[in-house]
Amino acid sequence: MSEGFAKKVANTQVWKAIFRHGPPNNARNRAAVVAGNVFLHLHPIKLKKSGVQLGYTWCMGGLTFFIFLSLTVTGVLLMFYYRPTAEYAFTDIIGLREHVPLGIMRELHRWGAHLMVITVWIHMFRVFMTGSYKPPREFNWGVGVILLILTMLLSFTGYLLPWDQLAIWAITVGSNMAKATPFLGNGGPGAALAKIGDFVMVSDKNDVRFQLLGGRFVGEAALLRFYILHCVFIPLVVAVLIAVHFWRVRKDGGISAPL
Amino acid sequence: MIKAAINVLATPVYSFSIFIALFYLALKRIDIVGTKKFGLGLLIFTLVVFGWMVADPIFFSIISLPDNIPIIILNALVFWSTWYALYKGHQNDLRIEAGEPPIEGTPENREKVWAWPNLVYTELFCGIICTVFLIVWAIFFKAPLEEPANPTWAPNPAKAPWYFLGLQEMLVYFDPWMAGVVLPGIIVVGLIAIPFLDINPKGNGYYTFKERKFAISSFLFGWLALWVYLIQVGTFLRGPNWTFYGPFEFWDFHKVVAENNINLSEIVWIKFFNRALPKNIFVREMFGLVATFGYLFGLIPLITKKWGKSYLERMGSIRYYIMLFLVLSMMSLPIKMYLRWFFNLKYILAMPEFELNL
Repeated sequence: MSEGFAKKVANTQVWKAIFRHGPPNNARNRAAVVAGNVFLHLHPIKLKKSGVQLGYTWCMGGLTFFIFLSLTVTGVLLMFYYRPTAEYAFTDIIGLREHVPLGIMRELHRWGAHLMVITVWIHMFRVFMTGSYKPPREFNWGVGVILLILTMLLSFTGYLLPWDQLAIWAITVGSNMAKATPFLGNGGPGAALAKIGDFVMVSDKNDVRFQLLGGRFVGEAALLRFYILHCVFIPLVVAVLIAVHFWRVRKDGGISAPL
Repeated sequence: MIKAAINVLATPVYSFSIFIALFYLALKRIDIVGTKKFGLGLLIFTLVVFGWMVADPIFFSIISLPDNIPIIILNALVFWSTWYALYKGHQNDLRIEAGEPPIEGTPENREKVWAWPNLVYTELFCGIICTVFLIVWAIFFKAPLEEPANPTWAPNPAKAPWYFLGLQEMLVYFDPWMAGVVLPGIIVVGLIAIPFLDINPKGNGYYTFKERKFAISSFLFGWLALWVYLIQVGTFLRGPNWTFYGPFEFWDFHKVVAENNINLSEIVWIKFFNRALPKNIFVREMFGLVATFGYLFGLIPLITKKWGKSYLERMGSIRYYIMLFLVLSMMSLPIKMYLRWFFNLKYILAMPEFELNL
């Protein structure tokens, strides 16, 4: 009976309007389901058996992308409840914790962020150990390195948003490094040389740390900057680079295998 | 008694040296490490030791901080992935020695399969496992939230997020401009440069060790000893004032540590020549300048003569010198670490006048 029901559903005009081919149990439909679906068409239609084995890829790249998607979803949900101001940020987080029954959205977002950093590192390790950066995949390895840095920056900018002691002091420690940038940071080597008479060109009011924080310490301006970087700017760049990364995986011959 | 011994062995000078020794042995005897028996033994040993350590209340209080749990997961994955990659590499090396293709290159594995269902189902399966894992994690561990932000009161120790703690730990040995800007920059540039420096055509698309000994050893050294190891020290073994505390040692705020680090110029001028530091900073720092430039440039002909000739011929001079620069930059960290531990050396080159300390 259930099979008959499934067949009936698959014969309705609605089903056929969404899925333009039959069930993927023959060669033609298996090709059609991958090529005809905007999400699945990231995949090749056919690929070498070594490339689908978990023992080879560990699925770490795929999981990184999956976690990125779930962070986008949970992040958007969190944005409904969160205001990036010194007045409200902390209390909004308290609200998320105290007022939402069974709420684990912030937990999912935070642990997911940590997990993404880990999976992206292990992904890079796997790619190195299989020599997959070798020609013709040199460029894509470089894109991957940039994506790895951006993943850590995404996590880092998000770290400030709860606006608690853990947050501002971790960001203070981290952003103090920018002060030491050679020539561009107020406390870095060479900065003192950039002087015209008495006029100091690189001061704590205009060096890279100031640009990053929008002030001389981690304050409200830094909170807003990190919020925009975390929710809009870096995710957009990451999304573009992920597209390039996946495109090049396909164009460079798919998942690596012995030549 | 054992715990006291471990507290001592965990000090960076011992634990790092032990780590390096084990690392060397593991790569030397890949024929033992790359077997299932060894992997299983290592797993059981690690679990037993970890279980025993977790039973200690002080160690448990550090390790159970919500933001430290990711590091436990990282460690488990690093442990497993390192062994597994070496295991697969060793298996393939045996196959190649016997004249067979690597396992990824057998006719059966070169065959093409449909993405649906083979790949799509695998991805779905991994996605579901990951989701379940995250949800369970999220239910059992609340995201940390401390007191509201207070710019006038700094916690001690103030730590960066865990993935930057390797860099923060580097601050013990280098000034921020090196540990926070120059070395991370070199890491990024160096990583991107890897495919253009490593022109060994072998080992492309399969696990191996023997065919890529130098590439794999140096990458593993940077990844395990200089990145993952330093994260462990920075997270678990650094307490108030960034003082070292053993894994079973109470974080006593009053622990006194002798701060007797001195600069190279002071060692030479005051201790050795027994006279005051010269006024002119370039005269004062001339030994540091010689050491720094000697390390960056003077070593190159020596290394080339002893080890590098065949690399130089194969890679060409541009690739070779860039690689040497990257390796020297990487090795500057362990070298500085040992100089600190053995000679209490603070700066090789100390020019606070220009904020330039090395």
